[in-house]
Amino acid sequence: MSDNRLEATFRRLKAAQQAAFIPFVTAGDPDLDATAALLRACARRGADVIEVGFPYSDPIADGPVIQSSYTRALARGLRVDEVFDAVANVSRDGLDVPLVAMVSYSIVYRRGPERFARQAASAGFSALIVPDLPVEECDELLHVAQQHRLRIVQLVTPLTDDARLERILQKAGGFVYFVSVAGTTGERERVPQYLKSRVLDLKRRTSLPICVGFGVSRPEQAEQIAAFADGVICGSAIVRRIAQSASLPAEQLAQRVGDYIEEMAAAVRRARRG
Amino acid sequence: MAAPSTSLPDSLGRFGRFGGRYVPETLMRALVELESAYLSLKDDPSFQNELQAYLRDYVGRPTRLYFARRLTEHCGGARLFLKREDMNHTGAHKINNTIGQALLTVRMGKRRVIAETGAGQHGVATATACALFGLECVVYMGAEDVRRQRLNVFNMQNLGATVVPVHSGSRTLRDAINEALRDWMASVETTHYILGSVVGPHPFPMIVRDFQSVIGRETIEQSRQQLGRLPDVVVACVGGGSNAAGMFYPFIEHEEVRLVGVEAGGLGPEPGKHAATLCHGRPGVLHGTFTYVMQDEDGQTLPVHSASAGLDYPGVGPEHAYWKETGRVEYTCVTDREALEAFALCARLEGILPALESSHALAYAFRLARSLPRDHVIVVCLSGRGDKDTAEVARLTGMKVPE
Repeated sequence: MSDNRLEATFRRLKAAQQAAFIPFVTAGDPDLDATAALLRACARRGADVIEVGFPYSDPIADGPVIQSSYTRALARGLRVDEVFDAVANVSRDGLDVPLVAMVSYSIVYRRGPERFARQAASAGFSALIVPDLPVEECDELLHVAQQHRLRIVQLVTPLTDDARLERILQKAGGFVYFVSVAGTTGERERVPQYLKSRVLDLKRRTSLPICVGFGVSRPEQAEQIAAFADGVICGSAIVRRIAQSASLPAEQLAQRVGDYIEEMAAAVRRARRG
Repeated sequence: MAAPSTSLPDSLGRFGRFGGRYVPETLMRALVELESAYLSLKDDPSFQNELQAYLRDYVGRPTRLYFARRLTEHCGGARLFLKREDMNHTGAHKINNTIGQALLTVRMGKRRVIAETGAGQHGVATATACALFGLECVVYMGAEDVRRQRLNVFNMQNLGATVVPVHSGSRTLRDAINEALRDWMASVETTHYILGSVVGPHPFPMIVRDFQSVIGRETIEQSRQQLGRLPDVVVACVGGGSNAAGMFYPFIEHEEVRLVGVEAGGLGPEPGKHAATLCHGRPGVLHGTFTYVMQDEDGQTLPVHSASAGLDYPGVGPEHAYWKETGRVEYTCVTDREALEAFALCARLEGILPALESSHALAYAFRLARSLPRDHVIVVCLSGRGDKDTAEVARLTGMKVPE
């Protein structure tokens, strides 16, 4: 497989014995100028990878915070091409961190997997997460993604049994997205007990980095998880902060949300990795 | 195109190229579990006997196949028969499925049920079945629908269900489905999701079709007894498509019987004015299945419209998409206005208030009857009764309803 920025980032972090901090932002919320400012702020203030959510009208994998951000963005008439253009602009100006697109298969299918993959790669994405495309259905997208050097990140949950896990790991690329709790995205109070042993178990089965998402909102949680996982994904907590500052000019918004990114990124760096 | 198979879906949940499972990994275990539980009970005589007993003694089956003499005379062509699903307990076909799935819930050892509802018919049928089997019941309903269908909300509450208004997105049926799927992702170990139509990820389209197929099986038997032969044409309305799937499925292999699905043409063919997904939509992914959908160029779901809340859905069951593509079933649509005219005609000539959903099937059947000879037989699936639509019919026709 040809090299990929995402893989290079995880190699560098591994050598430094660090976990990745991976913030999520919804494209076009509150608008694409803010998204561009947020991507730059994330990169400047400690994100190692950034997930960019493509707003979709009927998201079933996302909780209320992220769904609301999608609804707001779509209500203003956001189009998929505009997301690609905005991300391409940021990439062209030079962004130090790899980008991963989070996108529903409804959107990918309508555009055509080949065209979506081509546009994503040319906008500067390194990988796609298509949460509603289970391993049984992903061959076509995998095939075209490979032609554009895009990785397809697969999700694993606490309820995934061994036989499925084997199939998923065979097709996974970039990293494994471990959904830390059954349910949708959203903030949770505590780091579940079983998390560490599940992540360590996954590490024995694959050489891919294991990143943990769904429910991470506080620096202490991020630090705990970063002690055993290869990456910590934070979505709803960021999107909620963006919504609270939505009336600010883009740069000020990015500054304010950036404070939180920095705090979370610092917590991930602080983690003592065994 | 090859003749359609009746042994579908395959192991991936496919009907031809339609169907499948486009859901987050978080839901896969629930779907796999449900599929294996259902397949093991499907042919279990004790499960089937129990189901049959409830359908007979509680639901009131078999429903009658009724010769509509005055409608036939009025149209002056083919003979019209009505399959009276409106005579079921709770007034529609929905209960065929909810009793089946509630029994399935009990057999799976789960004690909590969730459901989505649009106008409230499936919600009421689910709340009814849950009351019968002592199951906890939570019904998700778009906030907009809660406002429009207060009576059904009240009925569900009286039956012991908790109704949760959904304020996200378009605040209608599709958002209620999204919310129910979300609940299920977090509650799957204790909860069964009773989906109300032949939509969503595998195995739902198969399970709901199978439980509704009692409609078509009875129709075949009754036609043979009452007519000495099968009907020439069978007509049913299609929103998600559960009554039509249940009616058509047993007829699929009887190729001499013409099958027609009637969608909601709303106010006209422009996007946003109708809910005629098979007539005007195209293949795409919605709510975990690959089927015909109403979407824009980006894959975002388009708004849909119908005077009938039960047909107001931007997708359709994947098996219908398959039947359309194989040419086995014809799909057409009638407008709000035509459905309202059929509603009035059926009420005045037969003393039957049909649901606005079923009125779409009636409207097309009347048109067809006029063009066919008198020795032809058309069976219309009268999927539900129209009492629930009183306020809407009054609003649309400018009549006043006493408070």
